[in-house]
Amino acid sequence: MNIHEYQAKQLLRKQGVPIPPGEVASGPAEAEAIAAQYGGTVVVKAQVHAGGRGKAGGVKLAHSPGEAREIASRIIGMQIKGLTVQKVLITPAADITSEAYVGVILDRASKKPVFMVSRAGGIDIEEVAATTPEKILKLPIDTRYRLQTYQAMRLGFFLYDDYKQVRAAAKIMQQLYAAFMSNGCSLAEINPLVTTPTGDVVALDAKMVIDDNELDRHPEIAALRDESSEAPSEVQARNANLTFIKLDGNVGCIVNGAGLAMATMDLVKYYGGEPANFLDIGGSSNPEKVVNALKIITADRSVKAILFNIFGGITRTDDVANGIVTATSQNPLTVPIVIRLTGTNEEIAMKILGEHGFSASSDMDEAVKKAVELAKGGKAA
Amino acid sequence: MSIFIDRNTTVVVQGITGRDGSFHAKQMMEYGTTIAAGVTPGKGGQKFEDTVPIFNTVADAVAATGANTSVIYVPPMFAADAMLEAADAGVKLIVAITEGVPVLDMTRVYPFVKERGARLIGPNCPGLITPGQSKVGIIPGRICTPGRVGVVSRSGTLTYEVVYQLTRAGLGQSTCVGIGGDPINGTNFIDCLAAFEADPETTAVAMMGEIGGTDEQDAAAFIKSKMKKPVVGFIAGQTAPPGRRMGHAGAIISGSAGTAAEKITAFEAAGIGVAKRPMDFVALLKERMR
Repeated sequence: MNIHEYQAKQLLRKQGVPIPPGEVASGPAEAEAIAAQYGGTVVVKAQVHAGGRGKAGGVKLAHSPGEAREIASRIIGMQIKGLTVQKVLITPAADITSEAYVGVILDRASKKPVFMVSRAGGIDIEEVAATTPEKILKLPIDTRYRLQTYQAMRLGFFLYDDYKQVRAAAKIMQQLYAAFMSNGCSLAEINPLVTTPTGDVVALDAKMVIDDNELDRHPEIAALRDESSEAPSEVQARNANLTFIKLDGNVGCIVNGAGLAMATMDLVKYYGGEPANFLDIGGSSNPEKVVNALKIITADRSVKAILFNIFGGITRTDDVANGIVTATSQNPLTVPIVIRLTGTNEEIAMKILGEHGFSASSDMDEAVKKAVELAKGGKAA
Repeated sequence: MSIFIDRNTTVVVQGITGRDGSFHAKQMMEYGTTIAAGVTPGKGGQKFEDTVPIFNTVADAVAATGANTSVIYVPPMFAADAMLEAADAGVKLIVAITEGVPVLDMTRVYPFVKERGARLIGPNCPGLITPGQSKVGIIPGRICTPGRVGVVSRSGTLTYEVVYQLTRAGLGQSTCVGIGGDPINGTNFIDCLAAFEADPETTAVAMMGEIGGTDEQDAAAFIKSKMKKPVVGFIAGQTAPPGRRMGHAGAIISGSAGTAAEKITAFEAAGIGVAKRPMDFVALLKERMR
């Protein structure tokens, strides 16, 4: 789960990371009031779950409260990478003498959280890693022993020459690590970590990604989810315990299992179609889940054909068949449907479907081909 | 022969009285797996299905029955503890089925299990099956048949799909291993490929990867330098958009890394047969097993 910059900053402040003040505004008047309260020059920053906000025009300096109002009115409502900006963060502009990058990421290769730090901050760290990897120090941490003082100091020495700043940075490393661990992060980043003309070390931007599997254990973090920044269909799916991702095509896919769901999308593409979505109804599906899945798919106007691909293991195919019958009797379909089922209770499922006028196949390729053809306006089912 | 499990495998089921644990314990028993014990804290002394003794701890279960393998069906927030407990009790093969285990928990579990000399498969995996001998986990037994193809995969139902097609085409399996879809898992492709290469009963390997991470690329390098047996591979998620988690916690393209194209290129460079569709495994394997 992504959280906004202002939320990540709150979590870091709680651990003691030095961060300039900031407040969030949802409208221009509010932005003006906050800017007036700080006085001087402020930065107006779009709060949206997308990288490259600056390049997209979502981060601007305002030299007066009036300008802050005017900029906020332009940024709020702006689209950045398909997401609509709902809020801006107003924060006093800082004088900067250097910019560094500090991040902790869960690394699959070392199977540990890895600190990454670089003096080349403020820019895309992936680019630094690709072009000048020697400018990055990577340090894997054994979570059983936490971040040790010598490790934090080593990271600090990599960033600064001034001993006072090294120590300040080392302290921030400990605080960042504490925030990473205590909030169940898969990524926590300060970019840039700056030094000011007076020698202070301060975090100007923050990003955190929370491991979805941690949310049950951290209800206070789960509460930070901003549903207004997500597609409504994805929110609806999550609340129904389905995994759903909206895509650009017109073949609506309902599948059990993430791997098979991806393979089904790929096969749609292979046969010349475009998947409208990724949708995994999960392992132990009951008819209710199927009903919810169909509701979400049919609400998408771009869907021209619906494809079920179910391999019954734990999932009982008769449950799926019952779900299809229930859902379509409540809301008759306006687009053709192609059903592929095989596995557990297949015979019962086929019988249920047959009794209600549906035909089903047990072959995946055949079903996908047919769905693609129907979505293109081919012959009706 | 086979890899990791065979008819000498004796299993302790952690969470045997839970909804999933009890259902799958029965399924495993029906398949012929030796279920020696179950563990549910507080229910020690009782029996499961009137035959399998239940213990309070894995240590008790191992001491009393000599179980050499554990399979875990406990809820996600308790799964890390269950894995640590199994390793601490001296179990040598730990199969964690549980989905939704926090990844940070796995950063503690993985090194501990390694240090104890145990093998962990999963979490968030369907487990494994050596057809006709033993099944540990949730792979449907009836879609498998004994034979000479080793199967290793990051996914569940996609594996079933491919195994089902292999079985229908007369290509039996030596062992099928689902290594799971999480970013940190106990056993990776290379572990399984090395075991299949060393297994005299395995002639060829089918591997199903997906987007995210570099496991498949590492596997390709291993196949090229260390394997003589033919391998056919598939990558799911060619149409997946970057930055979105495709169900599995591990299936996410971050930046330019972990794409299907990158993995397929690595496969091709290593001389691995690339299945464009799940159904292509049959023909590609038959060609290479002649």
